Amino acid sequence: MTEIWQWIHELLPWFDGIVASIAIILIKAIALVMPLMLVVAYFTYAERKIIGYMQLRIGPNRVGPKGWLQPIADALKLMTKEIIFPSKANIYLFLLAPVLAIAPAITIWAVIPFDEGIYVANLDISLLYVLAIGSVGVYGIILAGWASNSKYPLLGALRSASLMVSYEIVIGFALITVVMIAGSVNLNDIVMAQKGGLLNWYFIPLFPMMIIFLISALVETNRAPFDVVEGESEIVGGTHVEYSGMAFAVFFLAEYANMIFMAVLAVILFFGGWHSPFEGISYLEAGFAWVPGIIWLLAKSSFFMFLYLWVRATLPRFRYDQIMRLSWKVFLPWTIVWIFVVALMTQFKIGPWF
Amino acid sequence: MISRIRKLVKDFSLGELRGGMRITAKELFNKKITVQFPEERIPISSRFRGLHALRRYPNGEERCIACKLCEAACPANAITIESKIREDGSRRTTQYDIDLFKCIFCGFCEEACPVDAIVETQIFDYVFLDSRKGSIMTKDRLLEVGDNNEREIDKAKEQDAKYR
Repeated sequence: MTEIWQWIHELLPWFDGIVASIAIILIKAIALVMPLMLVVAYFTYAERKIIGYMQLRIGPNRVGPKGWLQPIADALKLMTKEIIFPSKANIYLFLLAPVLAIAPAITIWAVIPFDEGIYVANLDISLLYVLAIGSVGVYGIILAGWASNSKYPLLGALRSASLMVSYEIVIGFALITVVMIAGSVNLNDIVMAQKGGLLNWYFIPLFPMMIIFLISALVETNRAPFDVVEGESEIVGGTHVEYSGMAFAVFFLAEYANMIFMAVLAVILFFGGWHSPFEGISYLEAGFAWVPGIIWLLAKSSFFMFLYLWVRATLPRFRYDQIMRLSWKVFLPWTIVWIFVVALMTQFKIGPWF
Repeated sequence: MISRIRKLVKDFSLGELRGGMRITAKELFNKKITVQFPEERIPISSRFRGLHALRRYPNGEERCIACKLCEAACPANAITIESKIREDGSRRTTQYDIDLFKCIFCGFCEEACPVDAIVETQIFDYVFLDSRKGSIMTKDRLLEVGDNNEREIDKAKEQDAKYR
């Protein structure tokens, strides 16, 4: 790294101080966001293809070989479409809403450690950062619902807001158990604490919390079977009703970026982040030593991304009050009980995790 | 008691969820049944009522004798016929229009026709380019459809002949 620095310094002597640091921040951000947007685009393709296959259909296969250019065509279509403003909507808020949706969805990625030492920012409180930024995301949806000056979006926004509030408590409690075991709120430290093979990953002591986290993540990202925000049969398209063209596409990007983020977060918290699953098994560890950690992270999180699609293809939409019951009467008591269990486990040092 | 415990175990191990997920996972690998339309087509019944056609006798003479029975039978008033006596003394249509926007594809015109002139073919994937004018099938266009699809029409009518 220092040699590269020296080389850059000799080549461009003015590249120093504040200019350099801003440039590096920009490069980091672009290196994060560009692949993210590409993954989002192809995640939509994967979604259509996988759900299609589960419904005995083929899915998109016309644009490009096997339909690989479909996301590009969709993006072009959305970019060239007209954005229609409802006549009595508040245009500033109407346009602010998608920005408020996408900004946290991208910002939240800053603290994700992709590999040992590969991250945009190494915050000491990165898990708190994730919780804080994650809860800002709901503002986009509420604002979209309110600014549209239309009934369906408003109803969708209200549903979304109340769900987010309920499930953030559950997610918060579930994450507390992780913090209790890892002894840190830094995502880097949490991943480092899971070093040393499959048995050291937190999904074993925190199995119920993992299930609860995965289900709550579905609610947080407004995904089926908890997508009451959209609820086609009841409120048409929910908050998206009045949005068209790129404004809608931005909401779409935010939703999928959040989904991918939740999958990655699940891997980081419960499945050892960038660590190889073969650590501690002598031959396999040596055999797979060449695989970089980021590949493991992405491979593991792609399973959870697949799980999202799988669940969407399987389950019908929950009724609103059932989701609420699930949150307050099932998940919340369970998390509290498991916090107690984890407290006992940490106190008496049971298992290899503490 | 036992059944309650069993239900409790099933509920807490997400039994219903696992059952559903297993089914979708199985279907993921099953054979897909989509028909890739322009390349693949499903078989069509010989009684299928699609785009109209006017037929000719094997010697090239048009069958239609302008009896206007089809016009009378048409419940949607989609058919307009004008006729004239030709030089050889036979009565022929000068205008035979079917408005496809009006037509409900009931097939009554085909049943009414005493000389099997107007028929409905198995063509269903047609398109009007010039919407208002394009929707009207003139005599020339109907004859053209009949000439182009002579073999298919004959085959369909032959299959259905013994039931008529």
